[in-house]
Parts: sequence; structure tokens; C-alpha cells
Amino acid sequence: MLKKTLAALAIGTALLGAGQAMAADYALDIKGQHAFVNFKIGHLGYSYIYGSFKEFDGSFSYDSKNPEASKINVTLKTESVDTNNAERDKHIRSGDFLNVSKNPTATFESTSVKSTGEGMADVTGNLTLNGVTKPVVVAAKFVGEGDDPWGGYRAGFEGTTTIKMKDFNIEKDLGPASQEVELMISFEGVRK
Amino acid sequence: MQWRNSPTRYGFVSVSLHWLVALVVFGLFALGYWMVGLDYYSSWYTKAPDIHKSVGLILFAVMVLRVIWRWVSPPPGHLASHGPLTQKATRFGHAFLYLGLFVLMISGYLISTAEGRGIPVFGWFEVPATLTSIPNQEDVAGLVHEYLAWALVIFAGIHGLAALKHHFIDRDTTLTRMLGR
Repeated sequence: MLKKTLAALAIGTALLGAGQAMAADYALDIKGQHAFVNFKIGHLGYSYIYGSFKEFDGSFSYDSKNPEASKINVTLKTESVDTNNAERDKHIRSGDFLNVSKNPTATFESTSVKSTGEGMADVTGNLTLNGVTKPVVVAAKFVGEGDDPWGGYRAGFEGTTTIKMKDFNIEKDLGPASQEVELMISFEGVRK
Repeated sequence: MQWRNSPTRYGFVSVSLHWLVALVVFGLFALGYWMVGLDYYSSWYTKAPDIHKSVGLILFAVMVLRVIWRWVSPPPGHLASHGPLTQKATRFGHAFLYLGLFVLMISGYLISTAEGRGIPVFGWFEVPATLTSIPNQEDVAGLVHEYLAWALVIFAGIHGLAALKHHFIDRDTTLTRMLGR
């Protein structure tokens, strides 16, 4: 009885391993919201403001055997910005910053992935923000993949990149310590 | 000047409230217009909105008292020289000024409290948030506040010009009545 169970487990694990080797498409887990697009920006040079975009969606393809073939697309609603202060959020949505009535969406579309070490990669892609499209490089770190407890299969990673606000035509000057915004993402995808 | 309104004259309370509110409304408009264009490093960047919000909330209380006073001591009737059309326009105009001012103040309050944060009034006390669940509340309330502020000061300007017209062209007592005479 015990031997049979062990054998079944071994077969199961082997099948699982085989599954991992295939390139697969993943949808960001928006339903359970295991995906985050956060950012931080310096305040006066004394501290940081943290913020988040609440509404976005996207998908990626990933193959642990060939990570450089990975692709990712994300679209987010700029008006969903949230920094835990209604007046500030209103200001960020205005023409001083994200101009959300004119540019309601921001997108990131990867163009190439370069492996930089075990589980690490530089993901180059076009970021469209405030109506301006510019290439950015996201330093990504693969976190993990495997079966989830509810019958699905998941993979996830995190990444960071830093953009200059002026590069995306955001002209409001918040001072020398607040010229750049660091974007920090954590994406978990459910295999399609 | 008597305190209360009489059937033909405005009393001290109504006259004072009228001119006080007029002064504060134009003052708040100017302050609001100026403060939204301030540089982030201006020393007024946080002070000006604090004053704007504090004065605005006090104005709300004053306007509530004004409406109560209107009911306690009704304003004098229309001048006999005003025709039915003038009387109708006057009623609508004044109703718009009152209603518009209330909506304007409430919309301003809804911007700052959209996330559940209260508004401190000069640090004396805090007005708590109530309604926080309107979709995109701070943005919707912000648009209402901005456009209605413009509409109201323009309309208040027309209200003033109309009073001057009555004074200088019609030569009636519309304007002097509001000075308590």
C-alpha cells in the first residue's frame, strides 16, 4: 500500500517535471489579485511615497528551459492610481502628471529577454505612459512555479525599473530628489 | 437698523450675512484659483488649501444659519415696481445662488474626504468624512467643484450687475435695501 502510494507520487512528480519543460502562456492572476504594479518616488529627499495601480491586466509566456523566449504584455488603467491620499491621487491623475483623461491607459510590451544569471533576466520592452512610448529595461527575478492547491498551475516573478518622469513628458517639477520613479512589479500568472 | 427683517426692509442679521458671504465666496474663489497653480516648493503649498478648506467649512455652517434665519425672519417682499417677470427671475436667481453654493461646498468637502480622511478646521476641530463610496469620488467632486465655482462667481457677478442696474437705471431701492435702508 505504502509502496503503491510512493510509486504514484513518483510518477506524478515526473509528469509535473515534464510539464515544467513546456513553454506555456499565463494570464496574470487578477481575479485573486496576486499581481501588483507598485511604484515609489522620493519626497523632498527625506522619504518615499509608495503607490499602486489597482486596475491592470496582462499575460506572459514562460519556459524555464528557455527563459529568453519569454514574453509579457501588460495594460493598466492610469486612473486607478492610489497613493492613499485622495487629494494627491486627484493631482496625479491631472495634467500635471498622468493626464488620465487624455491617456487612460499605460502599456508595457516586452521586445527581448536576456538572461543575467540563475532565475534572473533583463526584460526589455516598450513602455507607453502619458502618451509617450520609450524602451525600458526591467530587472526581473523569477520567483517560482508549480501546482497551486486549487487545481491550477502558476508561475511568478518580480521586477523593477526606474524611469525619469521628464522622459514621459511629465513636466511637473517635484524637486531634485523626485525626478525618477521606481516601478516595482510582482506578477503571478495562472497557466491558460 | 433693526435686527430682524421687516415686510419692507432687511434687518442687520440678513444684511451682515449677505455681505459676509459675498466677501468670503469671492475670497475663496480667488484663493482656490491661486492655490492650485502654486509651485510644490511654495511655502503656501499646504497652507493655502488648509485655509481654503477651513474657511469653506465655516462658510457652510454660516450658510446653514443663514437659511435658518431666512425661515425665522423672512426677507421683505418684492418691490412693487418689479414686474412679474423680474420677480420670477429674482426667485430663480437667488435659489441658484443658495443651491449652487451648497453644492459647491459639499463637492469641495467630498474631494478631501474621498478616502475617509477628515478635514481639520484651523486645527480647532476636525470634520469627519462621511460619503466615500462614489466611484472616482475625488475626480467627480473635483470637476463639479471647479465648474460650479466658475458658474457661481460669474452668476454672482451678474447678480451684482443686476443690483447696480436697479440702482442706477431703474433708480429703485433694490441695492440700498441690502445696505439696511
